[in-house]
Amino acid sequence: MDGSLIGSPVRRKEDQRFLTGRGNYTDDINRPGQAYAYIIRSPHGHAKIKKIDASAAAKTKGVIAVFTGDDMKVGSLPCGWQVKSTDGSPMKEPPHPPIAQGKVRHVGDQVCVVIAETYAIARDAAEKVKIDYQPLPAVVDMRRALESKSLVHDDVPKNLCYDWTIGDAKAVNDAFAKAHKVAKIELINNRLIANAMEPRAAIGDYDRSNGDYTLYTTSQNPHVIRLLMGAFVLQIPESKLRVVAPDVGGGFGSKIYHYAEEAIVTWAAGKLARPVKWTAERSESFMSDAHGRDHITHAKVAMDKDGRFLALMVDTMANMGAYLSTFAPCIPTYLHGTLLAGNYATPAIYTNVKAVFTNTVPVDAYRGAGRPECTYLLERLVDVAAREMKLDRAEIRRRNFIHADDFPYQTPVALKYDSGDYHTLMDKAIRLSGWDDFEKRRAEAKKRGKLRGIGISTYIEACGIAPSAVVGSLGARAGLYECANVRVHPTGSVTVFTGTHSHGQGHETTFAQLVAERLGLTVEQVDVVHGDTAKIPFGMGTYGSRSLAVGGVAIAKALDKIIAKGKKIAAHLLEASESDIEFRNGAFTVAGTDKKKMLGEVSLAAYVPHNYPIDKLEPGLEETAFFDPLNFSYPAGCHVCEVEIDPDTGVTKIVNFTAVDDFGRVLNPMIVDGQVHGGIAQGIGQALLETCVYDDNGQLVTGSLMDYCMPRADDLPSFKTGTHNVPARDNPLGVKGCGEVGAIGSPPAVIGAVIDALSPLGVTHMEMPATPLRVWQAINGTKHRKAAE
Amino acid sequence: MELSGDVLIPAPRAVVWAALNDPDVLKGCIPGCQSIEKESDTAFTAKVKAKIGPVSATFGGRVALSEIDPPNSYVIAGEGQGGVAGFGKGSARVSLTDEDGGTRLTYAGEAQVGGKLAQIGSRLVQGTVTKLAGQFFAAFAKACAKS
Repeated sequence: MDGSLIGSPVRRKEDQRFLTGRGNYTDDINRPGQAYAYIIRSPHGHAKIKKIDASAAAKTKGVIAVFTGDDMKVGSLPCGWQVKSTDGSPMKEPPHPPIAQGKVRHVGDQVCVVIAETYAIARDAAEKVKIDYQPLPAVVDMRRALESKSLVHDDVPKNLCYDWTIGDAKAVNDAFAKAHKVAKIELINNRLIANAMEPRAAIGDYDRSNGDYTLYTTSQNPHVIRLLMGAFVLQIPESKLRVVAPDVGGGFGSKIYHYAEEAIVTWAAGKLARPVKWTAERSESFMSDAHGRDHITHAKVAMDKDGRFLALMVDTMANMGAYLSTFAPCIPTYLHGTLLAGNYATPAIYTNVKAVFTNTVPVDAYRGAGRPECTYLLERLVDVAAREMKLDRAEIRRRNFIHADDFPYQTPVALKYDSGDYHTLMDKAIRLSGWDDFEKRRAEAKKRGKLRGIGISTYIEACGIAPSAVVGSLGARAGLYECANVRVHPTGSVTVFTGTHSHGQGHETTFAQLVAERLGLTVEQVDVVHGDTAKIPFGMGTYGSRSLAVGGVAIAKALDKIIAKGKKIAAHLLEASESDIEFRNGAFTVAGTDKKKMLGEVSLAAYVPHNYPIDKLEPGLEETAFFDPLNFSYPAGCHVCEVEIDPDTGVTKIVNFTAVDDFGRVLNPMIVDGQVHGGIAQGIGQALLETCVYDDNGQLVTGSLMDYCMPRADDLPSFKTGTHNVPARDNPLGVKGCGEVGAIGSPPAVIGAVIDALSPLGVTHMEMPATPLRVWQAINGTKHRKAAE
Repeated sequence: MELSGDVLIPAPRAVVWAALNDPDVLKGCIPGCQSIEKESDTAFTAKVKAKIGPVSATFGGRVALSEIDPPNSYVIAGEGQGGVAGFGKGSARVSLTDEDGGTRLTYAGEAQVGGKLAQIGSRLVQGTVTKLAGQFFAAFAKACAKS
């Protein structure tokens, strides 16, 4: 690739329709004869359902049907990853019925579905359904759950899903025994709610003429939903089930999973032989979309006299919620425990993760998924270590980084990093952020009565979750390859069918750049199609920053096949030997001559094979490729955050934020910058604003945007971004992935800055979110304590 | 959520006690009360329309009296289902003592809400309950003074 498209900030093709209101989202779709579903959800955190009387609702004019768990006896919503406990036993995997069977386990659990001619009728009729609950004690706090007599699932003792470990405990204990110093930390990674702009929606459709089902849904991975729902829940073969995920307004992980409502509308459509639509209200999103994070962690690091890390030990409790969401078990283990080396050459690491059931909404991946939790604990711990050793926070990192010439680097927790240069990344971030002359700015702020602080974090991410054989051995119940189909049409325009899914990432542009560059076309000549199992051969979808690193390579492989076949056709047309044909800038040429055929001429010959090597070659110019990655890709970076705190109100304002990242090869720097900006905004949201709170009865207290605070433009500064890109060695395109890094690297930098700002008052710890109340309490609590001493 | 308070009612203790056990008086005093039926001396069913913040619903529920010590005190417990709006439940000990100018009514108890009420109305519940209690006792004092 030598043209100008790669690395060019091509404007996003898809924005034209998004910005002019022409996007086509699930709720925009209406099928002929469509009925509407309203789902009655549990108001209790934990209760037995004694009786449901739906007779009055069923008799209401306009109501078509009312279904309860007794009516919908289907398969359990499956879990896609089986983690094994240290003793070898499989995780506890209790059933997850789409409609509750006799017991509700979280506020929002589906109890009954009312289907009517209009949504308003369904909702009004729902008021007439009498449900007699017998409330049970709710299990909310993970620490208490492990000792509680109340069980979320009767056959899961201690509410413990699994107890997992990785690493060498003996090596770690030996290192702690001879450590010069040990730094410790205890922290909570706060529970978050994704709150994608578009609430979830689903339409089930059933064709009586042939028995085919179609599900339109707000999904990041339609093929995965087809597999999970078809094979495990409703027993519909793939050939009879089409899943369409049209434009999707943000996912952030929350739309990866197979949800009950998808199964409910598809099943009901079959029962009623009518399309059935369900669209979540925002309130429903709060209590039915999978939540994220929610860890309680104790960690300690052993150091030698120079502050070099000898060993790391981490104990984590991870909240699973009431049921196992599709990928929940792998988040705190294989996307968290295996990342604990971070950017550091720590020789010995051991971690234990206990996954706990509680009477709360299921918890699963949310932007970063396990890696933000890991980075947060690690970077906070490194800050504590710096304080213990009286070292500059950048210096202790520098001393412990893996060196650029040590790649590939095998960590003690399974992963093998292929490439990176952490020293240069941090040096660049330090320069860009003005780290070295920060004290001047602190002094200046102090004159204005403000407490100014600076924080730094470095991160490593493992994305493009990889090789299928490896993840399979770790418990994944699916492969993690990607599929692409490239169709060169008779007149030379191209359609690319990708198994990844774009819900804001800009694939229609980035992938078009990749294809246009290889085939010598314009971006406009390439259309990218995603999100429909009837159009795309197969796919695993979009999450874990995998789309370019895995899906992009599948496209590149399909392009290789197109070009190889094109050379055969061109050789025939040009009466030359295939080995003499070169392809560049859209033209097949005979090496050393001016004889050439353009791609359009070759494709026309392929579809109109009048002069064609028909005895040796099939007509047509369309190729499919699957790519199974060799390794994860490992983007890394350094974030520096600067805050000013008003000591009178406790309000924290972010005044500077710098991110320097290594994304490997970048196709579209503008889109990458956008991804970084969005990720940082979400990370700042977690650090300063967002938290999901349940009361002791399992009631969701932060159940609306009044009580759950999302970041807004005025909470954010203009970000300074930079890159130091080291091409990925183990990725054929050299790319690494950028979708999650902002949310991974930023929270510890923000909290580090808050603690630094408050450090003159003796504050050494702060939980997320650092709300004005918490900060004010930290300021004044310390003052009072000092006065008392 | 805890609630407690007291109010001076300008009527003798026996009158206040009788009113506390009279469904018709209670119906007239409970804000939004559509019906209250006596099932036995210690059990009632009630229908109350209430609005808490953005959530408005008709709650159907039961009220039970226990630890009855006439004319001094009882414990009143109730729970109401508001359909898809969620539920509310609570109990309170109500005590009467003689005082110059009438009877001092003291109440102390707790209340809990669930479902949509907790989700989007929870921080308005305390204020709303305090307001409703104020309305109730004002009306109740008036009713007792009349009889």
